[in-house]
Amino acid sequence: MYKIIEKTFFSENVVKFEIEAPRIAKARRAGHFVIVKIGKKGERFPLTIAGADRVKGTITLVVQKVGVSSRKLTALNVGDHITDLVGPLGQATHIDNKGTVLACGGGVGVAPLLPIVEAYKKAGNRVVTVIAARNKDLIILEDQIREYSDKLVIMTDDGSYGQKGLITDGMEQIIKDEDIAEAMIIGPAVMMKFASLTTKKHNIPTLASLNTIMVDGTGMCGACRITVAGKTKFVCVDGPEFNAHDVDFDEMLLRLGGYKEIEKEAETDYLKQCE
Amino acid sequence: MENRSESLKTERNEAWRSDLRKNIKAKDRTSLIRAKMNEVDANVRIKSYVEVNSGLTVEQAQQEAARCIDCANPTCINGCPVEINIPKFVKRIEQGEFLEAARVLKETSTLPAVCGRVCPQEKQCEANCFYTQKLKKEPVAIGYLERFAADYERESGQMSVPETATSNNIKIGVIGSGPAGLTFAGEMAKKGYSITVFEALHEIGGVLKYGIPEFRLPNDIVDVEIDNLRKMGVQFETNFVVGKTVSFDDLKEEGYKAFFAGSGAGLPRFMGIPGENYIGIQSSNEYLTRINLMHAAEQDTDTPVVSGKNVMVIGGGNTAMDSVRTAKRLGADRAMIVYRRGMDEMPARKEEIHHAIEEGVEFITLANPIEYFADEKGRVNKVKIQKMELGEPDASGRRRPVAIEGSEYLIEVSTVVVSVGVSPNPLIPDSLPELTTTKWGTIEVNEDTLQSSINTVFAGGDIVRGGATVILAMGDGRRAAQSMDNFLKKNEQ
Ligand SMILES: Cc1cc2nc3c(=O)[nH]c(=O)nc-3n(C[C@H](O)[C@H](O)[C@H](O)COP(=O)(O)OP(=O)(O)OC[C@H]3O[C@@H](n4cnc5c(N)ncnc54)[C@H](O)[C@@H]3O)c2cc1C
Ligand code: SF4
Ligand code: FES
Repeated sequence: MYKIIEKTFFSENVVKFEIEAPRIAKARRAGHFVIVKIGKKGERFPLTIAGADRVKGTITLVVQKVGVSSRKLTALNVGDHITDLVGPLGQATHIDNKGTVLACGGGVGVAPLLPIVEAYKKAGNRVVTVIAARNKDLIILEDQIREYSDKLVIMTDDGSYGQKGLITDGMEQIIKDEDIAEAMIIGPAVMMKFASLTTKKHNIPTLASLNTIMVDGTGMCGACRITVAGKTKFVCVDGPEFNAHDVDFDEMLLRLGGYKEIEKEAETDYLKQCE
Repeated sequence: MENRSESLKTERNEAWRSDLRKNIKAKDRTSLIRAKMNEVDANVRIKSYVEVNSGLTVEQAQQEAARCIDCANPTCINGCPVEINIPKFVKRIEQGEFLEAARVLKETSTLPAVCGRVCPQEKQCEANCFYTQKLKKEPVAIGYLERFAADYERESGQMSVPETATSNNIKIGVIGSGPAGLTFAGEMAKKGYSITVFEALHEIGGVLKYGIPEFRLPNDIVDVEIDNLRKMGVQFETNFVVGKTVSFDDLKEEGYKAFFAGSGAGLPRFMGIPGENYIGIQSSNEYLTRINLMHAAEQDTDTPVVSGKNVMVIGGGNTAMDSVRTAKRLGADRAMIVYRRGMDEMPARKEEIHHAIEEGVEFITLANPIEYFADEKGRVNKVKIQKMELGEPDASGRRRPVAIEGSEYLIEVSTVVVSVGVSPNPLIPDSLPELTTTKWGTIEVNEDTLQSSINTVFAGGDIVRGGATVILAMGDGRRAAQSMDNFLKKNEQ
């Protein structure tokens, strides 16, 4: 179980895996995630399921090297096994035909956005998508996203690809031209905070898919908790999607920083070992 | 009931037992002093995760067993939720037949080495012992003896694997691998069923693995029991969330005829007070899971844990004691319990409170946190505490704590562990809409048969009782196995 069937590099730091997990492939819906653990002493961390092939019994995960665990995972090759993989977890995205929807993905957030864009399209929506990253190398899954989008805007901070500017600039452009019924935003917490402010300004109902620190992913620990509309919610069981305008992104940003120093240290150690 | 007391009587009259009774006069037995558990010194043990209690020696155990007067009416058994034949196993110890003693335990208890360590004996068998009830003396140390016999058997390398009936090829699914699920699995395997235990986490054992720390219940002990179940043919599937990874309908299609839900009360409760989501404030489940399941304190593991110099644990149960004593071991200078009632009202096992005191844990009782404060990075640094006093008894019979207005003061902290209780795991009820639950979210079952509103789903342990105990979970597992067996046999006809 959990054998790696295919490995593709989107860039030096972003890797796509196809992994044998027939039960999860069958049960998963857009919006679901898995918890992955590499090695006996690895940590448990969440990854959104970017896609699945029921016939082959595989799921697709897209991973960016950001810390020890994601580096350990991306170091695995075709034929290797993932020690532990559990899912599909979380609530699936509720997809309806709304008319025109705006899908926004920042950085690796584009990977979890892909199945949602696909599902929106298949439900009959007009799908307008903005994807954004720091530079050209970090733009991923462009072709796949384009396949399910009626319109695609690409933004880079440095202008090395698409238009120069932030994701919110791209969003403003689209909102001007289109009558958006619903927006979905996925990406780094800071990006989601500002993307959410943008849609709020235009009164567009918006969902955000959150990627907090998790341990078990089954509601057992509360590590993933955030405040939504003044109430504590567990992202792993109540989410990962919430009404973006109700999410306390500032608190979420602080909480995400909770292990930053320890993690940085661990990563430095790990990289030294790898040398 | 008649049957039970009859068979107890017959066994008590067996020659070996009456001979043993005659060996020492009852009066001499009752003048013996209760054995003291050997333990690692507090200053030494807080530097590691070594098990605090090191067990009784053979001499101590036999001496302690000799205290038991082998009552004609053994009231201790009434205090035991699974009705272990206590005098019988105790007398086997006195006789020196330790493996036999272990066999007696296993007639009714699947995990005696675990129960000997974590059961609240002072509220159960020992509270009902003749010594406590009539002599007003310290009870026979039934818990220590149970542990002794189970450990002796395990260490002897002659652990007996219970016999299993010829397979009937009926597939039964067990949801959750805590004490309820494990016990149920063992009992059903004995009856010849094909059992698969599904566990959401990557380890088998439920709270025994992720909750209760190594210094109180070493993982090895749980693993031996799990190995035994494997030898009996029980299959385990980890990383498998029933209701998510597959639905009940899929499992039925795969041939599962009935299910036992032992999915526990795993959801941590928070208090909902201002600042509770600051960095450094975590549930006891998170704190203990990081340490016990993910081994965060070991150098070569990837999971981090934050545990500072001033650790405050909110609550007075076993989970709170486990957390605060873990904090000590992680290097806290000040490890505090904040509890809203008094010392006497704490629900934790007496032994754990006693050990915590020995280890230098501070107890701030009749106190309740009402707000947290943080530094500019969002890290908790102070707690506002309000003093409490005890008022009228509430529904649970315990006196209700009442806040004293104007008594607030601040305590500096670097880490806070919230251990104020758990709620039932909603995964199973959520995936079975037809299942009837109570207003607390526990699964509603027939009290005698443990059958739920869906006749092929039985349930027990914390998912039925809310946060309860290991032995009650085990007892439920046994009872559910018996009644599911009856149910399936009746349906066949
Ligand atoms: C820190 C701590 C200390 C304790 N100390 C004591 C003590 O000293 N003495 C005592 O008697 N009791 C103690 N308890 C309580 C005791 O551990 C519980 O009452 C007991 O474990 C309950 O057993 P259970 O089998 O019902 O559930 P659990 O042990 O909670 O096991 C449930 C299992 O089910 C799994 N699960 C849940 N949903 C699913 C699903 N959908 N699919 C697959 N798997 C699922 C969970 O991951 C978990 O592993 C303590 C509890 C804690 C947390
Ligand atoms: S009540 Fe106490 S003395 Fe009597 S049989 Fe039970 S353990 Fe022994
Ligand atoms: S990750 Fe533990 S409760 Fe969500």
